[in-house]
Amino acid sequence: MTMTAKLGMAIARRLGASCVSLIFVVVAVFFITSALPGDVAQSLLGQAATSDSVAALRHSLRLDQPVILRFASWAGGLLRGDFGVSLVSHQSVMSMVHERLIHSLLLAGITTLFAVPMALALGTLSAIFRNTIFDRAVSLLTLCVVSVPEFLVATLAVLVFAVQLHLLPALASISDIHSIGSFLAAFSMPVATLGCVIVGQMARMTRAVMVNVLSSSWVEMAVLKGVSPTAIILRHVLPNVIAPLFNVMALSLSYLLGGVVIVESVFHYPGIASLMVDSVASRDIPLVQTCALIFCAAYLLLTTLADIVALFSTQERTRA
Amino acid sequence: MTLTLPLRRLSPLLQVPVVITLFWLAVAFAGPFIAPCLPGEVVSSTVFAPISAQHLLGTDYLGRDVLTRLLYGTSSTVLLCAAATVLACTAGAFLGMMAALQQGMTDTLLSRFMDGVISIPSLLSGLVAVATFGSSVPVLVLAMACIYMPGSYRTCRMLALSIVQKDFILAARMRGEKTGYLVVREILPNMTGPVLTDVGLRFIYAVRLLSNLSFLGVGLQPPQTDLGSLTRENLLGLVYGAPAVIAPALAIACLTVGLNLALDGKGRRQ
Repeated sequence: MTMTAKLGMAIARRLGASCVSLIFVVVAVFFITSALPGDVAQSLLGQAATSDSVAALRHSLRLDQPVILRFASWAGGLLRGDFGVSLVSHQSVMSMVHERLIHSLLLAGITTLFAVPMALALGTLSAIFRNTIFDRAVSLLTLCVVSVPEFLVATLAVLVFAVQLHLLPALASISDIHSIGSFLAAFSMPVATLGCVIVGQMARMTRAVMVNVLSSSWVEMAVLKGVSPTAIILRHVLPNVIAPLFNVMALSLSYLLGGVVIVESVFHYPGIASLMVDSVASRDIPLVQTCALIFCAAYLLLTTLADIVALFSTQERTRA
Repeated sequence: MTLTLPLRRLSPLLQVPVVITLFWLAVAFAGPFIAPCLPGEVVSSTVFAPISAQHLLGTDYLGRDVLTRLLYGTSSTVLLCAAATVLACTAGAFLGMMAALQQGMTDTLLSRFMDGVISIPSLLSGLVAVATFGSSVPVLVLAMACIYMPGSYRTCRMLALSIVQKDFILAARMRGEKTGYLVVREILPNMTGPVLTDVGLRFIYAVRLLSNLSFLGVGLQPPQTDLGSLTRENLLGLVYGAPAVIAPALAIACLTVGLNLALDGKGRRQ
């Protein structure tokens, strides 16, 4: 078999595994959320509901049908792009999610743009200067950031930048962005908080990857031969870290998904994560299902992409 | 001393994390008994009062004693997370060792399933569980246990896989020992160190998840409190720099960062 065919097979296998995971997630999300103890219709209408109205709601929610049938119609709806109707606002879930999703992607995109280069630089620098004071300080700081819950970072950011220094507004209102200044003011706090969390995660993992390569025998050989440090990094280290670094990136960006939930609610940012938290609090199940699916799909997409890039880069390396 | 003896038997690298964990467990158990006031009692007419002799950590947004509420909050955070961690790691470890011993179909099926569970971010699973079952103590503990079990399973399976190939396992199998004996007497004692580290990490994750959920208002519900909900309810005090919001935040930071530092230091020296 040729190399390309082998690579194609490997990628196809990886995509297949992701599809299986996606199906698992869809099934799991549906069955967990339909395992509601008690009667949803009853709990939605409250104590005062008449038995007729409960029966009518049960019928309109299809609760009188078996679970398998409900799953079939729900999954069929997903395939047609129909995510159901919110139990609370009676709007279609699709229309509620649409705009929020764009806001969230904007937040995630801007954060990635800042956080990834910073984390890579920080991780690489502390790997090169490992066991110096700089490395120790970075390591301690990032360890603190990754061990505390995300909301603590957000709270601290509010305390420092909004309360003590009066630099930035504590809440993000993206509805009234008219100039670059108001854009910066609205986005800087959520992006800074989210960025801290991501940089913490990613810098640690980058350092581990870099240290692993830098302490390898071929780098030692290059050093002994008298190759310049720049050449060592560019010619010997970089080709060997692309695959693991992409893995690191995908993993950290999946932490972004967790962080975004906290950051959006702390700063009242109108994104999909705060929508999900609200829907959890009001137990609006169709909305919870859709939001959970969107997050899981994003997570799967990131990990799959990372694995495929890893496959490509190992292919390149074995050819060279 | 009765307490120091079993500690000495542990490898010196594990002593610091174990001592830190024991300290927090002691606070968790003793907290409600040494608290100066009742957790729901309004003891002062000033809200967000600063540190004083009467109220060591001031008062909260309703004029309740912060120290009391902090002790109760620490107690529920630590105990709930410890319970979830113990459940998750016991189930994960035993399933992992079983998978490593049996291999074949059992191993494949279990591992596929666990990979599936891992592919859902933890905060999301937590939110979905709360949306479905409501937020009560059993739901939170069980949800956290289910969320962190696959990670523990993976670690233990990897560790056990390398042990299973050793000669003494073969010898025990030749003697005709049962799977239960192999797991408890042969495999487990040979991986205690790494497994305990893993337990420590899962505990930190659990504390983060529970605090995050409570901070979002979907974790523990009033009148119960934990460190996350204490931070949330006193968030307004941030403007005054009140100890009511700083104390619980600091407590979470000490708990998670302290334990993580100890575990990290251990990992580095090995």
